[in-house]
Amino acid sequence: MTQTIAKKNESVKHLPRLTTVSNDRLSKQKVVYQVEGFNLWYDETHALKDIELSVYDREITAIIGPSGCGKSTFLKSLNRMVELIPSVKTSGDISYQGNRILDKHFKVEQLRTKVGMVFQKPNPFPKSIYENIAYGPKIHGIKNKKILNQIVERSLRDAYLWDEVKDRLNENAYGLSGGQQQRLCIARALAIEPEVILMDEPTSALDPVSTSKIEELIQELKSKYSIVIVTHNMQQAARISDRTAFFLNGEIIEFDLTESLFSNPSDQRTEDYITGRFG
Amino acid sequence: MKYIDSSLVEKRMNKRILKNNLSKILFLLATLFGLVVLVILIMRVLIEGLKWVNFDFLTGKLSTNAEQAGIMGAILGSLWLMLVVIVCTMIIGVGAAIYLELYAKKGKLNSLIQTNIANLAGVPSIVYGILGMTLFVRALDLGNIVLAGGLTLSLLVLPIVIVAAQEALRSVPNSLSEASYGMGATKWQTIKRIILPAALPGILTGAILALSRAIGETAPLVVIGIPALIIPFPGSIFDKFTTLPMQIYYWTLDSSLVAEYANLAAATIIVLLILLFMLNATAIFIRNKYQQRF
Ligand SMILES: Nc1ncnc2c1ncn2[C@@H]1O[C@H](COP(=O)(O)OP(=O)(O)O)[C@@H](O)[C@H]1O
Ligand SMILES: [Mg+2]
Repeated sequence: MTQTIAKKNESVKHLPRLTTVSNDRLSKQKVVYQVEGFNLWYDETHALKDIELSVYDREITAIIGPSGCGKSTFLKSLNRMVELIPSVKTSGDISYQGNRILDKHFKVEQLRTKVGMVFQKPNPFPKSIYENIAYGPKIHGIKNKKILNQIVERSLRDAYLWDEVKDRLNENAYGLSGGQQQRLCIARALAIEPEVILMDEPTSALDPVSTSKIEELIQELKSKYSIVIVTHNMQQAARISDRTAFFLNGEIIEFDLTESLFSNPSDQRTEDYITGRFG
Repeated sequence: MKYIDSSLVEKRMNKRILKNNLSKILFLLATLFGLVVLVILIMRVLIEGLKWVNFDFLTGKLSTNAEQAGIMGAILGSLWLMLVVIVCTMIIGVGAAIYLELYAKKGKLNSLIQTNIANLAGVPSIVYGILGMTLFVRALDLGNIVLAGGLTLSLLVLPIVIVAAQEALRSVPNSLSEASYGMGATKWQTIKRIILPAALPGILTGAILALSRAIGETAPLVVIGIPALIIPFPGSIFDKFTTLPMQIYYWTLDSSLVAEYANLAAATIIVLLILLFMLNATAIFIRNKYQQRF
């Protein structure tokens, strides 16, 4: 048992992630999301407590923590998808690019065209591969066939799926494998040209090969998008993210550069969690 | 030591196997009962009516003379009726289902409405006939035309369509609408482009089954007052009409006066059964071919 813990720590420590130079760069990063004193209740359940967190431009922010600690709830707060559940009540502030998105008059549709989302279980529409990608642009009023074709091709290329599906664009998306479906969902999110992509355990339903493909893809996407990814796989967080937030029972215990959080956690509970002592 | 005495087990064995076989036979008999009744019914109808189903019968006008009577008018009447019912129930039924399932708050009022719809589905059809009579034939002064009959039958089957459509809408997984909302789609865009298309096979199946219930109905039309002998063919929903089940009813009623009327009724039953069979086959076809497995 102690051995596996040591191993985990080692693999984390030896990741050649952030040099001091990039540390410098990171501190000057533009803030995309600013969350301040954010609370959320499902009826009487206080699911998120006084959340303080910033998401920085062109970074991968990982959210880790045991299940039920509020990771998905937090992620869905960032594009206000939590509101689909009628019992939800919130307080506090979330700003996106300086706009307070919890304001009554803020248009959620507007926010969600800038913030794409990828879900835990691949959820393509029961339509053709082409129609899956074209859906977003179409609902935003793009009718020109040529433009749609270009969007479909570019999105699929960006998700590294183009070569696998270019000859079967009109086939039903349900014919793809699980990993391909998830990359299709990523491509579908890219098609609306978002600035941020939210991902809720995007690889938890996939096999190791598909998982590593998607991890590579996520790292490629970082050059163009800010990414917030929920994962309960700590190795994944350590491998791909720039910053990590550790959630526990609806609170942020620690939020730091990934390297510092994993190599030198400042809270005992964080250390217990990342060394596998609970969760 | 052993708790189970194998000689005793041996002794009970035959009895157990006998019981096993008996129970199987009992259940088979229960199934056969329904089947046998159906076969007797169909045999009787075929023997009485099959000889009478021919081109002249299918295309001819109604007549008191059994040798000359045809049921084209009743076939057209039933088809016109189907048109009114399918249009009304699809618009109103699916509309109501969308509201209840996707817009209405899930509270006390909603569950009260739900319960009432379920109860309405069990109200005897003659009661709907009386409602249609007072509402459409008298109050709106439509008279006993196709439209009045169609609206009455629509009321009758609306609860069935609403419940079927609600179930179809509910079976569309949340993950699909979440994906749509997640891309900035409005609620209406999500309903129109994702939820409705995915639910459509289920909705259609329910609507067609409701339709086949509607066109087999007699009681509400009897209340509305369909005359026994309508000679001209109905050409629109504003014409007077008769239907296949109405004709079966009148011919059976008068078969004590003219013996051949019983044969005409049987022949009409065959035509009605074929129509119903085609409707049900369509519903099954849609269900098997287009129903999504999510
Ligand atoms: N729809 C809901 N209604 C009520 N409570 C919920 C709902 N969704 C989540 N919760 C509660 O909120 C807490 C956080 O859930 P969630 O955000 O899904 O956690 P995680 O994604 O970290 O596993 C849990 O205690 C869960 O029971
Ligand atoms: Mg979760």
